Amino acid sequence: MRYAKKPIKPEVNIDESYKLGRRDDIEYSYKGERGLDEKTIRNISSMKNEPEWMLEKRLAAYKVYLSKPIPTWGGDMTPIHFEDIYYYLKPAVTEKKSWEDVPASVKETFEKIGVPQAEREMLAGVKGQYDSEVVYGSLKKTLAQKGVLFLSMDEALKQYPEIVKKYFGTIVPVGDNKLAALNTAVWSGGSFVYVPANVSVGLPLQAYFRINSERAGQFERTLIIAEEGANVHYIEGCSAPSFSSASLHAAVVEVIVKKKAKVQYTTVQNWYKNIYNLVTKRAWVEEKGEMRWVDGNLGSALTMKYPSCILAGEGAKGEMLSIAWAGKDQHQDTGAKMIHLAPNTTSQIISKSISKNGGRATYRGMVRINKGAHGARSKVVCDALILDEFSRSDTYPVNKIFEEDVILEHEAVVSRVSEEQLLYLMSRGLPEHEAEAMVVNGFLEPVMREVPMEYAVEMNRLVNLEMEGSVG
Amino acid sequence: MLEISNLKVKVEDKEILKGVDLTINEGEVLALMGPNGSGKSSFASTIIGNPKYEVSDGKISFKGEDLLKMTPDERANIGIYMAFQYPVAVPGVTVREMLLTALRAKNKEIVVSALDLKKTVEMEAEKLHLDQELLGRSLNDGFSGGEKKKMEILQMRVLKPKLLILDEIDSGLDIDALATIARNVAEMVKKSKMSVLVITHYQRVLNYLTPDKVAVMKDGLIVEQGGSEIVERLEKSGYQTND
Repeated sequence: MRYAKKPIKPEVNIDESYKLGRRDDIEYSYKGERGLDEKTIRNISSMKNEPEWMLEKRLAAYKVYLSKPIPTWGGDMTPIHFEDIYYYLKPAVTEKKSWEDVPASVKETFEKIGVPQAEREMLAGVKGQYDSEVVYGSLKKTLAQKGVLFLSMDEALKQYPEIVKKYFGTIVPVGDNKLAALNTAVWSGGSFVYVPANVSVGLPLQAYFRINSERAGQFERTLIIAEEGANVHYIEGCSAPSFSSASLHAAVVEVIVKKKAKVQYTTVQNWYKNIYNLVTKRAWVEEKGEMRWVDGNLGSALTMKYPSCILAGEGAKGEMLSIAWAGKDQHQDTGAKMIHLAPNTTSQIISKSISKNGGRATYRGMVRINKGAHGARSKVVCDALILDEFSRSDTYPVNKIFEEDVILEHEAVVSRVSEEQLLYLMSRGLPEHEAEAMVVNGFLEPVMREVPMEYAVEMNRLVNLEMEGSVG
Repeated sequence: MLEISNLKVKVEDKEILKGVDLTINEGEVLALMGPNGSGKSSFASTIIGNPKYEVSDGKISFKGEDLLKMTPDERANIGIYMAFQYPVAVPGVTVREMLLTALRAKNKEIVVSALDLKKTVEMEAEKLHLDQELLGRSLNDGFSGGEKKKMEILQMRVLKPKLLILDEIDSGLDIDALATIARNVAEMVKKSKMSVLVITHYQRVLNYLTPDKVAVMKDGLIVEQGGSEIVERLEKSGYQTND
């Protein structure tokens, strides 16, 4: 339905509208060669004063990385020039203990990406990742007293090598996939969270990630361990400045949810639209444990990300709530994997995608129920909303069921904003673009209500900005 | 207030309205009756600006303004409102969110408080005997027929239009609900001189909402106009008397 009198607005020039899209001048104390070889990996490891076993893991992963072909089953990765990437950048400032010690230029960046001083009290602990090193981190004393550890992976490896060694690479093994192998070979930064038994971290732990250098690959590695009965919510939000050449982001996240523990991992991904975001996220969930991924993908050129739960203990629960926005020149290839290994395990995947202005949204998911997982239940809902005839949505669900007494529900709906809905809202006085935005926000609401308020507001704002700039 | 002359409307090249003339004055209740398929609902859709209905000839003016040049939202914002026969569901959007956005779009100068609106909506729901729980749910999503119709009237009460079009309001309504809706509409007519175009196949709704004028449509044309005596005659002998 097109209305004759509808004012035609020019496309929003993303370079102007993207308020975080400015490059900050940061000094790097180390900026290695472009490209990757064994020497670079040895350099990274020795500069970090790593134990021998980590270097061995890196080198082993590098071999796997070389042996595996670039995946071709998902999005188009050909624009990534792996040989042109800087695999390690170290900002000239090292990690600071208090806000006062943080250099002014870095503080300014933090102000820009929205970590104002005033909010710090509210946040249980703020860690911002500035390229490959964490330059600022704070952790509330109360949490430290409870024994909660929240620090960068680099620091964790120095301070708690035995915990890192015990869990590192156990959920996402070295040979898992090419990008995870690359991450293992060159990882730097990322968060380490350890919550002792029966400790509940009341406020979400937040980390702000940022890529700052052109062609800087960001290979952060995050490890979260929730001991028996522990409860934690970790949030990562991303933004990146606008650079022209493709940048690569290949993170690995491993989460261990022990008996009766609960972990929520929320991501707001708003990389600039030249970033390739290829992420491996996986959780291991033990008896009556609960893992919930909440994933918002708004930015990047290509995102390939399928957070998984391995439901290993009886009564374990896995959940995935995701939204994806695919605008002009974007491909969001996202989904989830739920692997049921034990009886009475339950999982739910709710995936909502929107494509507009030629964008492409793909749902790719798998539910696997192994022999012996009696009474397992899984529900998959993947809804796609296509806003114009230039855009595309695909759904690739895979179900592998090896047990009899299980329940699997699957719903997939691909819809367009209906003419009836637009007319109805317009007949109440809403201009067409507001009517369309209202339908879109309503479509996303089931996921938005699970996201902390500040993130929901930010995501709504981003969606509305995308809607406004369009001619429809 | 609303003046329609020689209105011809096509849908996918099929002529539905073949030259309709009709006038509704301020504060007037006009009943437009006629058999199914006579063009009544197409007429209503044309007034609100549904783009599926292509106007090939004629004029519609509202308070001196040419409606045919306006988009549906512009028509709404000068005071035209239709209670839909089949209101569409808007998942994830509550009636409050929708009305707040509508009020803000209509009047950019005046700050509309979400809290005031919440109170107003709750009060109107009470008057309509509408379950308050529905106010926090997705608009029209899984509502019963009666709940949908009441929600249409609730929105009307908040948006305060100058012309209300009731498109087959009594379909799927019990007598109590119909009486409640009619009472709420009549109050607006009395208080704010709202005009009403009641589109109906049956006379039942007119027992509760007394029309000042009655027009009968058949095959895309107004074939008869007069007072409420027409309603009585149609009740006794049906539409075939006009054949």
